[in-house]
Amino acid sequence: MRLKDIVEQLHLTVVAGKEGLEKEVSDGYTSDLLSDVMGNAESGMIWITLQTHKNVMAIASLKDLAAVLLVKGLQPEPAMAEQAEEEGIAILSTELSAFEISGKLYQILH
Amino acid sequence: MQFEFEVTGGDFANAGTASSQVKKILKQLNVSVSDIKRIVVALYEAEVNIVAHAYSGVVTVEIETTQVRIILKDSGPGIPDIDLAMQQGYSTASPEVREMGFGAGMGLPNIKRNMDVLNISSEVGIGTTVEMIAFLNVA
Repeated sequence: MRLKDIVEQLHLTVVAGKEGLEKEVSDGYTSDLLSDVMGNAESGMIWITLQTHKNVMAIASLKDLAAVLLVKGLQPEPAMAEQAEEEGIAILSTELSAFEISGKLYQILH
Repeated sequence: MQFEFEVTGGDFANAGTASSQVKKILKQLNVSVSDIKRIVVALYEAEVNIVAHAYSGVVTVEIETTQVRIILKDSGPGIPDIDLAMQQGYSTASPEVREMGFGAGMGLPNIKRNMDVLNISSEVGIGTTVEMIAFLNVA
């Protein structure tokens, strides 16, 4: 499924990295531990997290993730948003908790 | 082919820069996607270890047709007990570093799982040297 269709269906806000919206999404991964994502996420996944610093984008890029989705209305730090623009990887935001949005994303992807 | 990168302790803003460069180089050299993926995971973890624990370090990447060998040599506090450090979940990272989502004690296990050879030597008060090798899946 295309990222922009997911954004629409789940009423997500695109915070940065609009260029990345055409990406194909394979699945999702929910975690706030960077090494967990580094070790276990797969390319094409949407990463659901509350981490808002620049290192998140470094990992998203190294792992070829489809997007980063911030929960509970969190906003990225400026350096993270900048990095997202550079990498062309979208940062999305939702008011929902990680549990709630993970459930919704799971429903439309599985 | 050999490349060298410098890593600065505490510089989280640039953590992952060497990994990102190496990923690009391996892609250009047509290394298989599965090999690139595992090398990048291991290198990122080792690079972040220098940023999180050491004062400075040098990453040397030697690329041959059959293997990629990476040496990370840092000046830092060293590791008193390497077996303990290798244990999943063990970490000496500061609360600040943990708050960022690092320091879960998963880095070294991630490296071990993804590389074919891992050697760590360390001297307390001097620094740590990590050698890791991935044998490439050459078609």
